[in-house]
Amino acid sequence: MKNYKGLIYPYIVWIAIMIVVPMLMIFAFAFIQDDGSSVSFTFDNFKRFFSDETFPNVLKRSLGIALSTTLVCILFGYPAAYIMSKAEGKKKSLLVLLMTMPMWINMLVRTYALMGILADNGLLNSILSFLGIPMVQIMYTDSAVMLGMVYDFLPFMVLQIHGSLEKMDKSLLEAAADLGAGKGKTFLKVVLPLSIPGVLSGITLVFLPAVSSYFIPNILGGGGYTLVGNLIQQYSLTTERDFASAISLIMAVIIMLSMALTKKLEKFSGTEGSED
Amino acid sequence: MKKLLSKLSDLYMILLILFLYIPVIYIIVFAFNDGNSMSQWEGFSLRWFEMVFDNRDMVNSIYTTFFVAIIATLISSILGTIAAIGLSKSRRVLRSAVEQVNNLPVMNPDIVTAMGLLLFFTSLGITKGYGTILLAHIMFCTPYVMLSVTPKLKALDPNLMDAALDLGATPLYALCKVMIPQIKSGIMSGAMIAFAMSFDDFVITDFVKGAGINNISTMVYTMKRKNPSIYALTTVVMLCITVALLIINAAPIIKEKMKKKGENQ
Repeated sequence: MKNYKGLIYPYIVWIAIMIVVPMLMIFAFAFIQDDGSSVSFTFDNFKRFFSDETFPNVLKRSLGIALSTTLVCILFGYPAAYIMSKAEGKKKSLLVLLMTMPMWINMLVRTYALMGILADNGLLNSILSFLGIPMVQIMYTDSAVMLGMVYDFLPFMVLQIHGSLEKMDKSLLEAAADLGAGKGKTFLKVVLPLSIPGVLSGITLVFLPAVSSYFIPNILGGGGYTLVGNLIQQYSLTTERDFASAISLIMAVIIMLSMALTKKLEKFSGTEGSED
Repeated sequence: MKKLLSKLSDLYMILLILFLYIPVIYIIVFAFNDGNSMSQWEGFSLRWFEMVFDNRDMVNSIYTTFFVAIIATLISSILGTIAAIGLSKSRRVLRSAVEQVNNLPVMNPDIVTAMGLLLFFTSLGITKGYGTILLAHIMFCTPYVMLSVTPKLKALDPNLMDAALDLGATPLYALCKVMIPQIKSGIMSGAMIAFAMSFDDFVITDFVKGAGINNISTMVYTMKRKNPSIYALTTVVMLCITVALLIINAAPIIKEKMKKKGENQ
C-alpha cells in the first residue's frame, strides 16, 4: 500500500506555489517597504488604515451588513430547511431542485434584475402604485444592498441546514417521543442542537461572501457606496497594492477571529445541551 | 390544527420560492424588452438576442466561460483525485498540513485569494490572460474535488487493494481497475462542484484576467452601458444549462428503457 504515497508530492509542489506563495506575498506587500534603495519592515499601511475614521467606518459598515444578512438568512432559511426535510418523496426533491436552480444562474445578472425591480420606476413601485400604496425609494440604500445579499446567498444557508437535518438519525425523534417529549421539546432539545453544524457551515457560506462582496454594493448601493471589498478592489487597481494587501489582511484576521468565535459558541451550546 | 400548520408551511415555501424566482422570471421577460431600459417594459422584440449573437465580446465571453470551466474541471478532477489518493496513504502530519493549506482558499473570502494571485502573477511578470485564469481556477477547484473524494477513500476496504496487488496486479492496474471504480461517485460530484465554482466565478477571474479577456460575469460587470442584452445572454445560457441537465438526467433513463426493450425482444 506504500506504493501510492508518492502521489501526493506533485500536489504539495502545486499548493506551495499556487496557495502558500501568494498568501505570503500579501504579507510581504503589507509589511515590507521597498523604496528602491533599501528594504525595511513597516506598519505604515496599517497606521494609514486606522489613522482616521473613514476606513474603520467602512469596515464596521461591512461587518454590520454581513452580520445582519447572515441573521436574516438563518431566520428565513431555517424554517424553509425544516419544512423541506419534513416533506416527502417527489415534493422534497422538487423543493431541493427549486432551491438549487437559482445558483446556476449568473449571480451578477440576478443582482442586475433586482436593480431593475427595485428601481424608482421599476416593477416593485409599479405594483405599489397600482395598489394605491405610496412608492418606495429603496435603490442605493443599505436596505437594497442587504436585500441583494440575502437574495443571492439565502439558498446556500437553506441547503446547508437542510443537509444537516437530512443526516439526522430519525430514530432519535421516535426515542424522544417515546420518552414523553412533546413536539416543541423534541425540536429544542434534539433537532436544533443536531442541526447546528449545518447552521455553522451556512454561516460560513453566507458571511464570507457577504463581508467581502464588491459587486453587490456597487450595483445596488451605487458608485459611491463603499464596503471593504470595494476598498480592496479599488486599491488593487492602483499602484497602492501594498495598502490593498494590508486591508485584505485586516479583513482576513477579523474573519478568522469571528470563525473561531462561532466554533467556540458551537462547543458552548453543545455542552449546555448535554448538561440537563 | 395540523392541517393549518401544513397549509401555513406550504404558503411559506411558496412565498420564499416566489422571492427567489421573481428576478429569474424578470430576467427572461425583460430579455424580450423592445426598449433600452432594464426596468421599463416597452413592447416585445428579439433585438437583444440578435445583439448577443452579433456582439463578438458577448459570444467570446460565453466561449471563455465554458472553455475555462471544462478545462479547469478536467485538470482539477485528475489532480484532486491523485492528490487525495496520495494523501490517504500519507503520514498524519503531512495530511493535516495539506488539509490546512487546502482550507486557505476555501475559508478565505475570494477577494483575499484573488489579491494574493494578483500579486503573485504581476510580481513574477506573468502576462495575465487565459493562462492565469486557468491556473487560478484549477487552484480553487481542486480542494473541492479532494473534499468529496476523501470520504469515499476512507470508506474503501483496504484489503481489496492488497488482494489485487497480491494477485499480481501492477499498482497502476490496481488503481485503475479496483480503486477508481469504487470512488467514481466522489470524483463525479467533486467534478460537478468544480464546474459550478469555475462557471460562476466572478471575483478571482476579475482580478487575474487580462485586458479584453472576459468570462460572462466580468463581461457583464465591465459593460459600459448596461441594457437588456445581459438578460438575453443569461436566458441563452439558462437554456443551454437546462438542456444539458435534461440530457444528463434523461440519459440513464433512456439507456434503461433501451435495455428493457432489448430484453423483451
